[in-house]
Amino acid sequence: MNVLSEAWRYLREGDNWTRDGGMANLLGQQLLLTVTALVAALVIGLPVALWLGHLGRGGFLAINVSNVGRAVPTFALLALLVVAEWPGTQSFGPYGRAGLATLIALTLFALPPIITNAYVAVREVPADVRESARGMGMTRPQQFFRVELPLALPLVMSGIRLALVQVWATATIAALVAGPGLGRVITDGFFRSNYGKGIAGAIVVAAVALVLELLAALVQRLLEPAYRDTATPNRDAGMSAVASTVVEPTDVVG
Amino acid sequence: MTLPTVAEPSCYSRAINDWICGQYLTDRQQEIVDATTQHVVLTVVSVLVGLVIAFPLALLARRLPRLESLILAVTTGIYTIPSLALFPLMVPFTGLTATTVVLGLALYALTILVRSLLEGFRSVPDEVRESAIGLGHSRTKLLVGVELPLMVPVVMAGLRVATVSTVALTTVGSLVSYGGLGNLIKDGVSTNFRAELLTASVICVLLAVLLDVLLVGAQRLLTPWTREVRS
Repeated sequence: MNVLSEAWRYLREGDNWTRDGGMANLLGQQLLLTVTALVAALVIGLPVALWLGHLGRGGFLAINVSNVGRAVPTFALLALLVVAEWPGTQSFGPYGRAGLATLIALTLFALPPIITNAYVAVREVPADVRESARGMGMTRPQQFFRVELPLALPLVMSGIRLALVQVWATATIAALVAGPGLGRVITDGFFRSNYGKGIAGAIVVAAVALVLELLAALVQRLLEPAYRDTATPNRDAGMSAVASTVVEPTDVVG
Repeated sequence: MTLPTVAEPSCYSRAINDWICGQYLTDRQQEIVDATTQHVVLTVVSVLVGLVIAFPLALLARRLPRLESLILAVTTGIYTIPSLALFPLMVPFTGLTATTVVLGLALYALTILVRSLLEGFRSVPDEVRESAIGLGHSRTKLLVGVELPLMVPVVMAGLRVATVSTVALTTVGSLVSYGGLGNLIKDGVSTNFRAELLTASVICVLLAVLLDVLLVGAQRLLTPWTREVRS
């Protein structure tokens, strides 16, 4: 238990937070990385996935991108990007050492849950609802923006939540390849046998992860309309599935 | 061509440092096999431990619906914690051992498995359950003889997801030196050894695919009736 008190001492030492390159700096850096990668993945992945879902095409791709994302170790991809000629370990603005490599890896790992969930969400809008919308004389954009998108929103949001968890975790692992972020406190501590420090870093990383998840859950709840409780069981299953949104891809694609 | 007596430097020598290098595979075969073996053992043990813990939890959650949301909330919370932070958090209790990695990975697998077990229970039609009770099945016989076999497809889907993600996550165990192929990846990064890095990464992905295929095969063997229905 001695390491725990060491960790506690490390956390209480103000200098460990405030000095240049201290935990406050690293925390800011990792949050910046997380937000940038998440926004990039949303900009790249969301329109395509929603559009494919609307058309009902490309389901195989949209579903399997998640399976591929799961099978590739984040650590391995980060390592490959860092050791390659480009992007390598070069510093990248406020993102720090190996910043570009980290950003690329983070964005790539944020894409699968966003794409799969957004595709499935639009695809799963009941056919009779679509038909009613068409029967009411809605144009295609109207059908999409007024009917399909609002109905798809909860599942899209849960995909973004999954992506957030994934990005935060991957940003932490970046430290294993000498990248930026709070993970560095953990790896520094462990590789220099200063376990108290490593555990202190882990506590901060875990606490922020939980806070982010809670905030995301809150946002999701605010965005969800009142019909939450009457949602179809299928939709609920999709929302509840942590990292297993594609447990039944065949059912989903039909 | 002018110096025929000088031996060719191997393709993984520092000067050449090729990404793909057959010589590396033969020269370091033992090291690669050892790392792969450790990787497989860590993955399989972790998923099994996860399954062993998940099963009673799922039974409990089904029996006491109030506990269900608590169990799901706690496991989701654990899932949110990055692996690189979860392993250190276990070190004060389990030390720098393989147990740390196995327990950490089992906790992640657990989250997926509890959910799919609960979904599996839900996938058993109520009529089937009632017929079994009507036939005089005891609770245990209902569970083992009727519910479990019918749950196999849903639970297997969860098991596949858990296994594939565990294969990938095992690499992070290199933080405490029990990362299987992750140890090679870590070494490859710190010594700028491209062949080692790429080889370990590729084996990792292949391993995930192989285990997934094995599970699909196991599922087909376990549920012969689904094949007959289809044909």
